[in-house]
Amino acid sequence: MHELSVCEALIAQVEQIAISHGAQSVESVRLRIGPLAGIEPLLLQHAYPFASAGTVVAGSMLVIERVPLKVSCETCGAETEAEPNWLICGVCGDYHTKLVSGDEMTLMSVELITAEGTNNV
Amino acid sequence: MCDTCGCNITPGNREFAYKPVNGTTAVSVLKNLLAKNDDQARHNRQHFDKHRLLAINLMSSPGSGKTALLEATIDALRNEYRIGVIEGDLETENDAVRIRAKGAPAYQITTGSACHLDAHMVHDALHQFPLEGLDILFIENVGNLVCPASFDLGQHYNVTLLSTTEGDDKPAKYPVMFRTADVVLFTKSDLLPVLDDFDPVRAESHLRNLASVAPVMLLSARKNLDLQAWLDWLRNELVRQRAQANHAEIAQPRVQPLRTQLDGGHLREVSG
Repeated sequence: MHELSVCEALIAQVEQIAISHGAQSVESVRLRIGPLAGIEPLLLQHAYPFASAGTVVAGSMLVIERVPLKVSCETCGAETEAEPNWLICGVCGDYHTKLVSGDEMTLMSVELITAEGTNNV
Repeated sequence: MCDTCGCNITPGNREFAYKPVNGTTAVSVLKNLLAKNDDQARHNRQHFDKHRLLAINLMSSPGSGKTALLEATIDALRNEYRIGVIEGDLETENDAVRIRAKGAPAYQITTGSACHLDAHMVHDALHQFPLEGLDILFIENVGNLVCPASFDLGQHYNVTLLSTTEGDDKPAKYPVMFRTADVVLFTKSDLLPVLDDFDPVRAESHLRNLASVAPVMLLSARKNLDLQAWLDWLRNELVRQRAQANHAEIAQPRVQPLRTQLDGGHLREVSG
């Protein structure tokens, strides 16, 4: 439901990077999203063309890498895979765990098409 | 230093590393998608700390008793603290009117169709809602168990309500929301005798399965039942908050333990 606002924030960030690098357009945008980020990658993909329309980001490709959910146990020290509603230790079952990965919503990188590039030397 | 993440590029060698070959340039960013919101939230939090108040983000599904909890809390703490409320709803001033009827200042944000509050909306509200003299500021988020969880508003703590009429498996169904809670209140406890499908023990075990260590309190705001633990928690946190505000160690909700690590994220360029 809030993916459009997240997408608009993303586009604004990418736009700023593109402008500060004097890019003519954007080739691709790469994200990492975890299952606990509260963002549905598919909905973000749907929102992307609408949110980027009319900006320097329009027409670019959105690549979303999904991050696995992992917790580490404060009691036994084991690092195990987890599910969004099952974040207890996979070895000893204790709920005193810390999330190792899985709540990321990170803009990793953008690929820009630059003026120097097109006038390739 | 390695050859993959770009940390090997220094001001001295950037020029050589940074030759676009095929017309494209890759820029490594490593920034939270909501970085702008989080910056604003940090600014709001500084504002709250400057006023030495405790800021709490109340979240739950619609109708689980957020406003009723505030009414009962304002009544109970009337002689101890001055409480202010920022209300978030899609439409109407109804909730702010209910709070003002209790003698507490309230500001209503109507979000239109937005399903959550964000740090900018709260900041705009602060321009019109004086914080002077307040001890506790409640931000009553839009009733929704999904979206509000993703947006830091600058609060010190997240308090999430789960009413007994909603079913005890809500933490399992909405893990993103319940994982962010610093305190979980099971509300409408007076209805438990007539609800055979809500077991507080089962609800708490669903919460623990999210690796949550949040204290759980069972209460009824409407019938004024078992509010003591909740009021004591507020008292203690306000004292702690004020002690911490004097040192620069500011409480933050559990919501972004990993994400905040990225806040110092800076632009780093790698060869394309």
